[in-house]
Amino acid sequence: MSDHPDTWSRPPFIANPWLRWATYIGLAVYVVWVLATIPIDWGRVVEGVERAGRIFGGAFPPSFERSGLLIDGFLESIKIAVLATAGGVALSIPIAFMAARNVAPMPVFYLGRAFIIVARSFHPVIVAIIFVKAVGFGPFAGVLTLVVYSIGFVAKMLAERIEEIDMGQVEAMRASGAPFLSTLFYAVFPQIMPRQIGLTIYQLDSNLRASAVVGIVGAGGIGATLANAFGRYDYDFALAITIVIVAVILVSEGVSGYIRKRVG
Amino acid sequence: MLKITDLVKRYGGGDPVLKNLDLTIEGESVVSIIGSSGAGKSTLLRCINRLVEPTSGSIVLNGTELTALRGAKLREARRKIGMVFQGFNLVDRLTVMENVQSGRLGYISTWSAIMRRYPKEDIRRAYELMERVGIAHYANTRADQLSGGERQRVGVVRALMQQPDILLADEPTASLDPKTSEQIMGLLRDLAGELKLPVIINIHNVTEAKEYTDRIVGMRYGRIIFDDTPAQLDQDAMDRIYSGSPHADRAEQTVAAQ
Repeated sequence: MSDHPDTWSRPPFIANPWLRWATYIGLAVYVVWVLATIPIDWGRVVEGVERAGRIFGGAFPPSFERSGLLIDGFLESIKIAVLATAGGVALSIPIAFMAARNVAPMPVFYLGRAFIIVARSFHPVIVAIIFVKAVGFGPFAGVLTLVVYSIGFVAKMLAERIEEIDMGQVEAMRASGAPFLSTLFYAVFPQIMPRQIGLTIYQLDSNLRASAVVGIVGAGGIGATLANAFGRYDYDFALAITIVIVAVILVSEGVSGYIRKRVG
Repeated sequence: MLKITDLVKRYGGGDPVLKNLDLTIEGESVVSIIGSSGAGKSTLLRCINRLVEPTSGSIVLNGTELTALRGAKLREARRKIGMVFQGFNLVDRLTVMENVQSGRLGYISTWSAIMRRYPKEDIRRAYELMERVGIAHYANTRADQLSGGERQRVGVVRALMQQPDILLADEPTASLDPKTSEQIMGLLRDLAGELKLPVIINIHNVTEAKEYTDRIVGMRYGRIIFDDTPAQLDQDAMDRIYSGSPHADRAEQTVAAQ
């Protein structure tokens, strides 16, 4: 018989026993402390349920009486989304080239990455609050917000695609003495074009959704209409707006998914 | 005339890939460079058009010192050096005509290139050359629709569109089947004769090197150890070029099978 042991247990997740127990106890203490100190007023929760019932009661049936306002709000949202996508994508392309390690020199690469990081750091709502303060209420603030939002996403994804291109095609252009821009247009753009089109359509769809959110803080569009309806306790109109938002987003997502599948 | 003197290329701090290499190519000869993988064949070719930066030494093409050129001057020199690649390096998503015209990018403005407004004589020349190599009917086809042999023909026409003073071919047949490979080698030899163009071909297939080229240069570990007519490449020379690498066995078998 061998004298090998016949029992085995998995090594603990944290090997050092002192560190292990300190972590477990520390976590337990923190959870207890959070529960004990966060203010939860159960009375207000009960009242809230009642109030929610009143809101939902007031919301049914949804009212499409003021559909003129609804349509105007939506048309404005679509304008915001289209303008922001056009501007955002146009700015994203040069920024993406700056932020691609394989085509940009090091200092430019860092600058490009910095643009993207700044554009990505803040949620569109925070950016919208800043732009509303800067240029005043209305759709222009929404456009600026979504331009920043678009750069954060499109430039980042496009830069990653540029880093994956086949450099052989670039090498062939360089070997024939092609200048820098001609090389970009002949060897790089054709390779990134399908991704570029897909990203643009996705961003248009995404901007339409985001335009409803940033409208709530005053950046125009259907979000502004929705915020007004809530402010005036027109819950039935608010529900109508919400239903239409969901419907429009479903349609736009379906269309954009279909186009992207055909292009990709 | 291409004259390479004392060329050294070192990547990082390691052993040089090219060690004080001298090579002169005159007239319109077709020269093949053979040697094991890692012997420095590709590096040598890419030093000539500066896709790889030489560490030291001199490369003179028709009186122009290539190693000192920068910016616009370098691009001007590159226009006169055609290159054909192992993986073809065509832009897959562009048509054959656009790929062929990309050989003229160094001559036309970026704006004309973007708008696809090519000069009339370039379009005529493109059709002539495509006709010559048998791909004229593909002008409007996307490059990724073509077979390997057809793709390499596009690659060759693209290089010739530059009206080069010299043609570099970096293992132009390594991605092709044997029959297509011979067609491309034959094409390169014939075109060299027709256009009075010196051609340097890196190649692994020694049989093809012997059959299709006028002069064979054998490289080993960054040095030229053989430089003569194909007839002089005997078993002894083969052993010296290919010994000490797995590639040697394969090449010997090919020769023995003849």
